[in-house]
Amino acid sequence: MANFDQELDASGLNCPLPILRAKKALASLDSGQVLHIIATDPGSVKDFEAFAKQTGNELMESREEAGKFHFLMKKS
Amino acid sequence: MSEKKLAIIATKGSLDWAYPPLILGSTAAALGYEVEIFCTFYGLQLLRKRMDLKVTSLGNPGMPMPMPMPVLLQALPGMQSMMTVMMKQKMKSKGVASLEELRELCIEAEVRLVACQMTVDLFEFSTSDFIDGIEYGGAATFFEFAGESDITLFI
Repeated sequence: MANFDQELDASGLNCPLPILRAKKALASLDSGQVLHIIATDPGSVKDFEAFAKQTGNELMESREEAGKFHFLMKKS
Repeated sequence: MSEKKLAIIATKGSLDWAYPPLILGSTAAALGYEVEIFCTFYGLQLLRKRMDLKVTSLGNPGMPMPMPMPVLLQALPGMQSMMTVMMKQKMKSKGVASLEELRELCIEAEVRLVACQMTVDLFEFSTSDFIDGIEYGGAATFFEFAGESDITLFI
């Protein structure tokens, strides 16, 4: 997994909390910095794609590992 | 690109039906939408200082029940409170946000919350029943925002 600047563990949280927490975490980052998000909500896979598309932040990576979903999002 | 806008009318005041406006409102705000939630009739419950919302299975054959229960039994005193407790426990165990948390997230994201003045008067609420920072208005107020909105929802 590529480097990241901040990690957000949204495990156990359900829609829409992973997205809302990620939005808040991204707000504290500078442009170009990367947020690593961990989630267990299966709906978050499509939701983070949609979030990236609509906000302009780049979803660099989305993968499942050991029952958890990992996302790397680069702030626009 | 100018900001997109979402206008929601919230008309229901039960625990389950309070979720859609608050989830969609907070999420849209996170996506960069400007959001207004216009609360009328029972939707005013979303704006009360103490949101004590209940859920009931009465008149709702679609609600999944842990065990089959005749309707007359569901109408017994205390059943609504019991179902509400069970639903809240279930939500907590599934990591679903509380209504209070979602409302707070809406407020943080500057979602405009509007109380319908006519129904505030109708139910004899006072402004002290509601949280601070909300607006009061009527149908014309709603259309001022809804008329420029990309999405309008009636919930």
